[in-house]
Amino acid sequence: MVIGTSLLRWIVALPALGVLFHVFVGNRAPATVKVVGPGLVGAACALALVATVRLGGLAAGSVLHDRVYEWIVAGPFHADVSFRLDALSAVMVLVVTGVGFLIHVYSVGYMHGDRGFARFFAYLNLFTTAMLILVLADNLLLLFVGWEGVGLCSYLLIGFWYEKTENVAAGKKAFIVNRIGDAGFLLGLFMIAWTLGGHGVWSLDFDAIAEHLDWLAPVATPVCLLLFVGATGKSAQIPLYVWLPDAMAGPTPVSALIHAATMVTAGVYMIARLNGLYALAPAALAVVAVIGTLTALFAAVIAVAQTDIKKVLAYSTVSQLGYMFLGLGVGATGAAVFHLVTHAFFKALLFLGAGSVMHGMSGEQDMQRMGGLRTRMATTFVTMAVATFAIAGVPPFSGFFSKDEIVWGAFGGPHAAPVLGVLALVVSFLTAFYTGRLLFMTFFGPLRAPEDVRHHLHESPAVMTLPLVVLAVLAFAGGWLPVPSVLEHAHVIPHAEGPEAPLWMFVLAAAVALAGLGLAWQLYVVRPEVPGEIAARLDGFYALVRDKFRIDELYDATVVRGVFAIADVSAWRIDPRVIDGAVNGAALLVAATSGAWRRLQTGNVQHYALSFLVGALLLVGYWAFR
Amino acid sequence: MPTPLSWYLALSAVLFGIGVLGVLVRRNVIIIFMAIELMLNAVNLAFVAIARSRASLDGQVIVFFVMTVAAAEAAVGLAIILAMFRNRETTNADELATLRW
Repeated sequence: MVIGTSLLRWIVALPALGVLFHVFVGNRAPATVKVVGPGLVGAACALALVATVRLGGLAAGSVLHDRVYEWIVAGPFHADVSFRLDALSAVMVLVVTGVGFLIHVYSVGYMHGDRGFARFFAYLNLFTTAMLILVLADNLLLLFVGWEGVGLCSYLLIGFWYEKTENVAAGKKAFIVNRIGDAGFLLGLFMIAWTLGGHGVWSLDFDAIAEHLDWLAPVATPVCLLLFVGATGKSAQIPLYVWLPDAMAGPTPVSALIHAATMVTAGVYMIARLNGLYALAPAALAVVAVIGTLTALFAAVIAVAQTDIKKVLAYSTVSQLGYMFLGLGVGATGAAVFHLVTHAFFKALLFLGAGSVMHGMSGEQDMQRMGGLRTRMATTFVTMAVATFAIAGVPPFSGFFSKDEIVWGAFGGPHAAPVLGVLALVVSFLTAFYTGRLLFMTFFGPLRAPEDVRHHLHESPAVMTLPLVVLAVLAFAGGWLPVPSVLEHAHVIPHAEGPEAPLWMFVLAAAVALAGLGLAWQLYVVRPEVPGEIAARLDGFYALVRDKFRIDELYDATVVRGVFAIADVSAWRIDPRVIDGAVNGAALLVAATSGAWRRLQTGNVQHYALSFLVGALLLVGYWAFR
Repeated sequence: MPTPLSWYLALSAVLFGIGVLGVLVRRNVIIIFMAIELMLNAVNLAFVAIARSRASLDGQVIVFFVMTVAAAEAAVGLAIILAMFRNRETTNADELATLRW
């Protein structure tokens, strides 16, 4: 059942109005930005709740639909700006506006006194707008608009402090790497449009795609793989994950909102949204699952050896996104979306907690100079601990439930792959270990900060700790949200076949998590000298992991230098010789011929008169003798 | 016996040929100018002769037009020649060939 409404457009429009406000009024009245910025996102959240409640009151499988205007008409092809709210969109909208609202509030404290305060909120609201377009879009084309919009905001916010060259470089890297993925996404889009158009349906509406899946079946595998290329870019999977760790150059609330909670999950959302199409391409699903697992493992290993608190969290995000793709790949779509939600809670919390720590420690990001903060920053410590237990998967914290469902999906789901399940458990152990390491290095042991930092050390203001507390509650209790069953009930995803997870699965997952945390406790609190010794013994390998397996260097040597080499050849050989040669050659040819012909123009009137006469005689001759 | 039409036309053709020759071979622009007038009048003669042999006034009307245009052309042309002479102190067509590539 489709219900028309004009509610949904306002969810998108409110943050967009915020952008206009910040741009035109904000700089003159920074005090108003503090209220308007978070306020409009909060209002959008309230509207989203209203819409969700309305949706909940309708029959299962209903959709709220808001057609704003006819957007593109090109021959038979048409696309509207129209929004839809079904169970999947509702989950995403609530996460985006809810977590987004908390992070906006936090930012008021975190960005206090920054020169670009209004600009920051303009970007943040613009991001919220784009993300809402992405998750509410009723067709793939509008989704792509949101997809590009969030990419743009990501770029703007990574390079927010543009005075520093490395921030700008990081923003550029994110933008360029995402372009590679987007090229794949666009090609997939074209293939869908072309295939449906070949059967007479020129539309990219989700309903049209779902209705004509049988037409898409022959091209499902390439289409799904191409769309997945887009997802690897946006959601930071191998081989395009390299931008996300660098994206930490942006302000910490940005890392929390864009590079952990919402934007990077766009790829997961897109595949969940098109799960009917992906079900037709088991090979593509297998690729998704394998890439997801490898990314999860790879990033988790790297995270173990990082000392920058935000880098640990960045690789952790890459790793957790890998989990979600594993879930999608093995057919546990509901579990993947569930993990997306809980991850948004606890990872946003981890980032905001890290931001709070940095705020208190005068911008310090190196965990080797932290320690002992649990008494000095009590609220931050407690909330960070909750988040750590949640991401490690300790029952009954939220991460336990969602992660467990994904791992069980790998063992018993529709496309089960027990090998990936075992790897997922290994990742689970590593996750518990590195998050435990983060918590213990930061909050336990002696404080290793220099005197001046120690002197200024303080707990963050309430405007920052309050969102932490709210997120901590969500990170704790989020596991009881019945996300997968709601999605199944609403017919957004097919009903999961197969047995429920058995008890030993829960016990095993919990044991792995506790073992990881226990090892971290042992190594970083009880015997803090051991990690250094282990690192020394694993000399070469440790350096390799600490340097992120030198993937950036590899890409630099192959892709970047390769492209530069091609560019050099183009710039210094092809452009001056071939392109300019053709242009200049054409001009020279014209000049040479005209140089010969212009001799005819002598300037002597009698020569002209002679040519008149010849012409006249020719004409007369023609008429006389034809 | 009236003079046959062909005589008039032959005279007209001869006059026109002299005019063309004058335009092409003489170097003094004033002579060239006069040769052009000669060509115009040769054409006028042909018009008048044909008009009379056909007992039609059309040709004579055209002749009035030609004479009007010739008068205007003489005025403009002589003015140009005068102006050129003031600038260049010559009426030799070969030396007045600067308006070219």
